[in-house]
Amino acid sequence: MTELPRITRRGAMLSAAALLAAPAISYAQSDVIRIGHLTPRTGFLGPLGEFAVQAAQMASDEINASGGINGRKLEMLFEDSVNPQTASAKAERYIQRDKVSCIVGEINSASALAIGQVVQRERALFINTGANSDALRGSDCRKFMFHIEGQNSMYVKAVGRALVQQGLIKGKKIYALTADYAFGHDLLRVAKKFIGENGGNVTNEDLIPTELTDFSPFLLKLRQARPDVIVANLAGAQITNFLKQYSEFGLRFPVAGFGFDTALAWGAGAGNFLGTWPTMWHHRLDNPGAKKFTADFRGRFGRPPENQAWGDYNAVKILARAMAETKGTDGPRIVEYLESGAKFDVQKSREAYFRARDHQIMTEMYAISALPAAEQKDRYDLFTSSAALPGPDESLEAIASTPEEASCTFPT
Amino acid sequence: MEIVFLLEQVLNGLLIGAYYLLIALGLSLIFSLGGIVNLAHGAFYAIGAYLTVALAPHIGFGGAFVAAPVLVGLLGLVIERFLLRRFYRADPILSLLLTFGLAMVAEQSLRMIFGAPPLPFSIPPELRGQVFIGEFIYSRYRLLILLVAALCVAGLWLLLQRTHFGRVVRAGVQNPDMVGALGISLKPYMSAVVMIAVGLAALAGVMLAPVIGVHPAMGAEILTFAFVVVVIGGLGSFWGVVVAALIVGVVRGIAAYAFPPATEASVYLLMLLVLLLRPRGLFGERIAKFE
Repeated sequence: MTELPRITRRGAMLSAAALLAAPAISYAQSDVIRIGHLTPRTGFLGPLGEFAVQAAQMASDEINASGGINGRKLEMLFEDSVNPQTASAKAERYIQRDKVSCIVGEINSASALAIGQVVQRERALFINTGANSDALRGSDCRKFMFHIEGQNSMYVKAVGRALVQQGLIKGKKIYALTADYAFGHDLLRVAKKFIGENGGNVTNEDLIPTELTDFSPFLLKLRQARPDVIVANLAGAQITNFLKQYSEFGLRFPVAGFGFDTALAWGAGAGNFLGTWPTMWHHRLDNPGAKKFTADFRGRFGRPPENQAWGDYNAVKILARAMAETKGTDGPRIVEYLESGAKFDVQKSREAYFRARDHQIMTEMYAISALPAAEQKDRYDLFTSSAALPGPDESLEAIASTPEEASCTFPT
Repeated sequence: MEIVFLLEQVLNGLLIGAYYLLIALGLSLIFSLGGIVNLAHGAFYAIGAYLTVALAPHIGFGGAFVAAPVLVGLLGLVIERFLLRRFYRADPILSLLLTFGLAMVAEQSLRMIFGAPPLPFSIPPELRGQVFIGEFIYSRYRLLILLVAALCVAGLWLLLQRTHFGRVVRAGVQNPDMVGALGISLKPYMSAVVMIAVGLAALAGVMLAPVIGVHPAMGAEILTFAFVVVVIGGLGSFWGVVVAALIVGVVRGIAAYAFPPATEASVYLLMLLVLLLRPRGLFGERIAKFE
């Protein structure tokens, strides 16, 4: 048992071959601009990472097809961020070895926090495209970190309005299921505050381990507790499993969630998607930008883009514009430009901008509601959408966190 | 009321145990006879689920129920013949590396062919619905899973205990050299055992595709639990695995009831406890060749 495998001649030959076959590493050239994309591609958030990668690649190809940035080609590097430790190590490698101008990506709030610490130390730029935790825009905010993903407060206040209108909050007994990691804890806190302020009552709350695949013990608990509404603050593969099994058990309590990704509903299967959920963007939006993005993405990858694709696509596009406007890749100048309130077309009816005080994008959101099972004919068109939230005559900040809810002082 | 509810959780836990069982039995069989810790076992489960999603639109869920395990069994046969066979008597580290590599290749292949997001798949309409017994609720489909698992356990037990095939396999587990000395080659038996074992994993994949997200990492998700079940049950013990699968399901159910964040951790704590008290697992046998 303790004997180590002997290295044979053949083994040595194989290792040599493997070493030689490893991808050649080309060192930083001045004629390309590099963006290091870093997001989970395996594990419980892996299903979303693929959309992120495809969309970032598509954005970069579009930029290069129209002449690159300031005459320089854009080169994307892609890595699987796996978990916070690996994310941190790979972010460091991107900056120190590959000399990237910016890191784009992430979905996991804990990993985004780790990358935020790296970019703070290295003074490099990071655009977060998928991590929702309010803390990233509050106590853990960073001068070099910007957020294209909505914060938990935005998700809660956007879908919260729809839920209040549907009468699912005031005076209701609410059972909350929450993903047991940074994102979920943060979301539960924000959600409970909103529910409390709107006259609802969270009577039960269960923290669900991220690796849990079988919800049946919790479905039995739900059935016993007889809540008025179930609020699912879940993440990644949890959402798919929850939807499939909730419908399997035939429970009839209304379902809503404060965190959501459309791809996970697409993966649940016919007749299994139900409830009302928030999203930053969806492929059924009726505006020219959204239609073109959807058609291009669909033509290339055979399925419509969803919210995660939207985030990474726009991150690369916005960066390209910032680099073009500042005529370079200097981090502090790009930060200054993004903080200046510059407006960006993000395939919605209103343009978006970054809020200077916490670097959160200010943009419209939507509440989507599942069509009745019998009307879910198309594999992707499973839902109807609310109008843009907030409404056209309100400030985009109406759904974002107030300074009291998440206050940010950038560390120097 | 609380006691009744706890009982409901316990019974539900038995059902959950049935999923792990189909995977764990195969894992235990391959280890007992070949001495190989098959880290690729979860991959066969995932392939079974993906085949179901791919085949069901053409040959129906019933067709996939038969076809997927058979196809995966044949894949297992090929892998046994050309890869596993070389490692039965080698340092276990080597077969660990091999099967770990196979698992990664399989997961990444699924990702490249079918994409990373989960594939939609639902319970066939005729199998949907719930059964109510007094206060208790059961998904009809899960009762079907339980039935399939029970039939597999019974079938496998009969095969191992009541047939010539089973006698050779059991003798091979305890003393392969003696079996060889009697003029019986274990090679074809090993092929058959691998085929049955991975076929069972694929069957679990078929049965769970409608209720669990079908995504590339699903094999890795279930494999850890299957290992825990085998370790708790004790290597080489058929009933040990069966009992352990059920206990793991029940412990998980009770943890979900009492302290949800520990739902998954409870299973590892159980394993720790069992190993402290009974290092060979609950019903582990002494297998001379592994000592």
